[in-house]
Amino acid sequence: MTGKGDLRGRKNLALTIGAGVLITLLMVFIITPILGLFFRITPEQFLASLTDPMVWNALVLSLITAGISTLVIILVGTPVAWINARHRYPGREIVDTLIDLPLVLPPTVAGLALLMAFGRMGLIGGFFYNFGISIAFTTIAVIIAQIFVSVPFYIRQARASFEQLDTMYENAARSLGSTPLPTFFTIILPLVKAGLIGGAIMSFARALGEFGATIMFAGNFQGRTQTMPLAIYTAMQGDLYASITLSVILIIISFLVIAIVKFRLRGYMQR
Amino acid sequence: MALHRDLRDFHLEAEFSIGKGETFVLIGENGSGKSSLLYLLSGLLSPESGFISLDNRVLYDGCKGIHIPAEERDIGFVFQNYAIFPHLTVFENVAFGLRRRKVPESELRSRVAENLALLSLEHLSDVRADQLSGGECQRAALARALVIEPSLLLLDEPVSALDAIAQERMRSQICAYVRKSGIPCITVTHSFRDAVSLGDRLGVMERGRIIQDGDLEEVMGSGNTFLHHFFCGCKKDSHRL
Repeated sequence: MTGKGDLRGRKNLALTIGAGVLITLLMVFIITPILGLFFRITPEQFLASLTDPMVWNALVLSLITAGISTLVIILVGTPVAWINARHRYPGREIVDTLIDLPLVLPPTVAGLALLMAFGRMGLIGGFFYNFGISIAFTTIAVIIAQIFVSVPFYIRQARASFEQLDTMYENAARSLGSTPLPTFFTIILPLVKAGLIGGAIMSFARALGEFGATIMFAGNFQGRTQTMPLAIYTAMQGDLYASITLSVILIIISFLVIAIVKFRLRGYMQR
Repeated sequence: MALHRDLRDFHLEAEFSIGKGETFVLIGENGSGKSSLLYLLSGLLSPESGFISLDNRVLYDGCKGIHIPAEERDIGFVFQNYAIFPHLTVFENVAFGLRRRKVPESELRSRVAENLALLSLEHLSDVRADQLSGGECQRAALARALVIEPSLLLLDEPVSALDAIAQERMRSQICAYVRKSGIPCITVTHSFRDAVSLGDRLGVMERGRIIQDGDLEEVMGSGNTFLHHFFCGCKKDSHRL
């Protein structure tokens, strides 16, 4: 018996050590490059770069465009997610597949496709150009590109949240005289808000990091379409410190986003 | 009322009427269509054909294409899982139906307070509903259904979450309320005591049909195996084992 127990104990120890080594290796793999960035810049250099107009412009533009994109995604995506979660209609599966498409599409392909649609010669862009409105290579194009690539993150999460919500709450609200719209705002939305906020934060983070589709469709003009990822790429060729500063800011924002999703929302769920 | 609807395993076909202040208790095996019948009456499920009228008001008429939606039926429904809104306080849960009816705030407060008192929930008024015990949820669900002064009360397993003493108290509260208000009540239950103490009339459902309908003695006197099991808690021929 003792021998068997020993063997089991040794097996467990080996498994624990194996798991520990794997986790450590993965952590080193993820943390080393990030630390590399932080160690390449002194706090003084970081603060000095912050006053660089290129850094400042990119930061402001990124936050504004990603904010607007997320807002549009929430306004349009929430009803779509709700309809797809609760109602059957012909073509629902196709709609779902199309919503997920940007997740697997290379961003450069998305950018090119957007250019073909909204560019001066494009299907929709051509129509607007007749009225003197051009979309491509403007801040609006940045927002369109961000919405295109980040909308699936929100809708997938929102749809899952709606599907998980028991229909008994809607039934109870209806039996108490509540029509669909008040039921949605007073009962359903508060009950799924944690999931929706989580989805919105992931979409915001994806929009903030958007590079490929933006550079193809909106170009790289400082103060107008040069978001943080584009500025990092541009600055790399000249002022490395500006590039590192922007990268550090993006890492901090991304880290905060994940931390909020993980800790804040866990609190929400438990309440 | 008379109703028809295809369910997953069988066709639901029920016909009965119920008087003011009368409690009709529906019993039957799991999946016999009892809860579905409540959902059809409340409008949360649509029948395929049939006729439902309440106090001379037609709620559903398959021939004339009348279908009053659930939110306009004024039917109080206490669900099996209570469906108490977890993010609202007990007060707001009970006030929900009145707010949707745009009842003035002062009247709303007094009606909610009256119903909270009726079910001994006054001290929990400001507590969020996700902090309640099962029994408190059930009482809050009943208060929420009663406060709208419904024209029909539907109860799906109304006392199942309570302990024996609380069950007895709840039954007498329901009985007293139904008698006093004159509101007809349909109760679905698996409990023998519910059937005996709540029911003026008893209906037995089997595969979507009401196969027995009458007072307690009449129904008990029939030789149905399910009924025998229901009232004795034992199989008909168990003495042979």
